[in-house]
Amino acid sequence: MSTTTADEHHDDHHPSGIMRWITTTNHKDIGTLYLWFSFIMFFIGGFMALIIRTELFEPGMQFVDPQFFNSMTTMHAIVMIFGVVMPAFTGLANWLIPLMIGATDMALPRMNNWSFWILPFAFAMMLSTLFMDGGGPAGGWTLYPPLVLQTGDAFPFVIFAIHFMGMSSIMGAINVVATILNMRAPGMTLMKMPLFVWTWLITAYLLIAVMPVLAGGVTMLLTDKFFETSFFNAAGGGDPVLFQHIFWFFGHPEVYILILPSFGVISSIIPTFARKPLFGYSSMVYATASIAFLSFIVWAHHMFTVGMPLAGELFFMLATMLIAVPTGVKVFNWVCTMWRGAMTFETPMLFAIAFIILFTIGGFSGLMLAITPADFQYHDTYFVVAHFHYVLVPGSIFAIIAAVYYWLPKWTGHMYSEFWGKTHFWLSTIFVNITFFPMHFVGLAGMPRRIPDYALQFSDYNQIATIGAFGFGFAQIIFLGLVIATIRGGVKATDRVWEGAEGLEWTLSSPPPYHSFTTPPNVKGEWNWFTHQHYETVKTRS
Amino acid sequence: MANAESNYYIPHGSHWPFVGSIAVFSLMVGFSNYLNGASWGTYIMAFGLLVLLVMLFGWFGAVIKESESGNYNKQVDVSFRWGMVWFIFSEIMFFAAFFGALFYVRVYSLPWLGGEASGAATNSYLWPGFEALWPLTANGPGEIGGEFKAMAWNGLPLVNTIILLTSGVTLTWAHHALKANHRGQLIIGLALTVLLGAIFMALQGFEYYEAYNHLGLTLGSGVYGSTFFMLTGFHGMHVTIGAIILFVILIRCIRGHFNPEHHFGFEAAAWYWHFVDVVWLGLFIFVYIM
Ligand code: HEM
Ligand SMILES: [Cu+2]
Repeated sequence: MSTTTADEHHDDHHPSGIMRWITTTNHKDIGTLYLWFSFIMFFIGGFMALIIRTELFEPGMQFVDPQFFNSMTTMHAIVMIFGVVMPAFTGLANWLIPLMIGATDMALPRMNNWSFWILPFAFAMMLSTLFMDGGGPAGGWTLYPPLVLQTGDAFPFVIFAIHFMGMSSIMGAINVVATILNMRAPGMTLMKMPLFVWTWLITAYLLIAVMPVLAGGVTMLLTDKFFETSFFNAAGGGDPVLFQHIFWFFGHPEVYILILPSFGVISSIIPTFARKPLFGYSSMVYATASIAFLSFIVWAHHMFTVGMPLAGELFFMLATMLIAVPTGVKVFNWVCTMWRGAMTFETPMLFAIAFIILFTIGGFSGLMLAITPADFQYHDTYFVVAHFHYVLVPGSIFAIIAAVYYWLPKWTGHMYSEFWGKTHFWLSTIFVNITFFPMHFVGLAGMPRRIPDYALQFSDYNQIATIGAFGFGFAQIIFLGLVIATIRGGVKATDRVWEGAEGLEWTLSSPPPYHSFTTPPNVKGEWNWFTHQHYETVKTRS
Repeated sequence: MANAESNYYIPHGSHWPFVGSIAVFSLMVGFSNYLNGASWGTYIMAFGLLVLLVMLFGWFGAVIKESESGNYNKQVDVSFRWGMVWFIFSEIMFFAAFFGALFYVRVYSLPWLGGEASGAATNSYLWPGFEALWPLTANGPGEIGGEFKAMAWNGLPLVNTIILLTSGVTLTWAHHALKANHRGQLIIGLALTVLLGAIFMALQGFEYYEAYNHLGLTLGSGVYGSTFFMLTGFHGMHVTIGAIILFVILIRCIRGHFNPEHHFGFEAAAWYWHFVDVVWLGLFIFVYIM
């Protein structure tokens, strides 16, 4: 077929320079774009966090005015969630899923390109609002009306930027689902898929289910402000609390969107460095699915204080606590995987172990928050801030960093410097705790979140937190340097890279060829996570 | 089937996605400026719309050309199918948000404003005497938007229901004709479907005209107006898009595209149309009748 051959040639002579990146349909190129985008946004979002922490170093107003402070907390959250964690996971999905399931690329490569190329435009729009009349959005990333309706010129830009990001996420998720369901190599049955693939399949399902709901909710905000509707206006028969329901119907599954792929990463790394198969593979799959299911029926635990009927409070409390069960199964399985394993502690493993311990602390504080009467005290205090930062920073972010260390040799063909990796690890782990642990105490003592000033007695812990935040921020510069250095050179990595590594991605060269598997590998035999038999890959045609 | 060496088909690179981002970006920035009171926003929107049209023609044109020259193998076909299925699922969830708002208002917020359950204090302190009736007082205790009459279900909406259901039948007929390779019936069935879609849109336009001019029912008529117009409006938008898609498919059929085995473009359009159909049934029941 001559036309197709032309296409193949097209691929080999892909355009160079900037046009390569703009027009690319290659999953590795697009994965790389996502990961760099996320990395840049990480420093932008981090900079905002440091502005917040600087103002909070001492009680009283020092550096910024309250309006700007509030727009920093709002924008920091939006950037970190939609600009850092989600794109980083999508970048990992792009790089890894085709390699792990033995495909040559993603199922819908052009749509893949679009999902990425929306993001720079969406964030240009979002960040530009900081310079508009009335400043950036300052009502919190949760966008509650009626407060958010007081936003100045930024308002419609924020709404549309969220629509735009939603389009990107939905397209990215559709691509992941189509890839996993349709592009697996022969013999790669669902229950043989690496857990990273499983967790992403479920994450993608969550994304497709809830991003449109967020889009609907913010559309109602827009029409309430500009087109006289009364969705969130009690005088018109609506209810501001309705927005909270819509937002958290999106929002709680969203927090699992931010963590499930991390579970997949950790489930890949722990077995490698414990040199043991993952304990309880199928229970991991079922636990992930249960978490996803439960995440749809717990949303109102963010709204215990709005005055829900008692039955609602009880239902959402119990449902929330139920999530701890499948989450506990995961932690149990990771620990059992390490139990009596021949462990070594390379950087990815260190981050993975820190993940397990620190994420679990975040899970425990989550359980405390899930107790309705207790949450009446904790709600909107720094205790909540401590909770979600424990699950998000040493949780999601650590997992992303671990993934980068783990697969960087595969991606670049070079080993990173173990010395700088470990330095980065210890600084990050120490400072992340210095930053966020004291927030539990000030929160329990009653310090409210989202304020630029606080009562005198909270000073000590806030100063500690600010010092920790700067330390954590600067430690990430080591990471940036290390990544750049590894891309540019270093000791050649072998194909398998890690002695105990399992999975199809390790059967390809490091770095892998431009088109991953041009012929589907045959995943033969009774290989599975229990018997720990190796993949036998056979090239069906040369 | 790509070529002898490979079992996969990977499309070559494309600049259309990037162009699409520029288009949507311009539309959004233009509209935002317009909403903020800058009339020049409309020019940016017009530019965005133009670029969007160019992008749609270019991108779909390329895909149609590749498909017609037989580049796409079975695997590509299945990928497209999954893509469409999940896209429609996401659309369903978008409508779910608005249906959810409607249910919440009817089951909770209005009765509470009327003094039921936890709303007793709100009612007696803020709006004593407000009675929660649907739809009569659904412009809310503040009587936002003034008096209005609700849209009856047994007039135009009933006619529209019949029209849309009939269009589902004609479309299925066209599909069977395509599979049996009866091109004449295919084109007639499809043309009828597009025509019915157009009539539906015209009638809905007329319904809106009636609402605004004779019933006093507007987008500002409290929460009844909000849910009524947002639900039927987004649905109407989807009907419009669906009809345009079907129209494009009609032109492709007239040009001799598709064959009995290979016609995913047609099927995707049909799925979309049926989805729009089902959403309408939901609207007819929950917005108009109940
Ligand atoms: C055992 C698991 C978990 C439980 C029981 C739990 C429970 C809760 C509860 C009850 C709240 C509301 C507190 C309040 O506002 O008063 C909350 C807030 C939050 N949680 Fe969790 N959570 C869990 C895991 C997670 C995970 C895995 C993430 C993300 C990776 C997460 C992210 C958040 C965020 C971002 C907020 C704050 C949202 C805001 O108000 O801005 N949580 N959690
Ligand atoms: Cu939650």
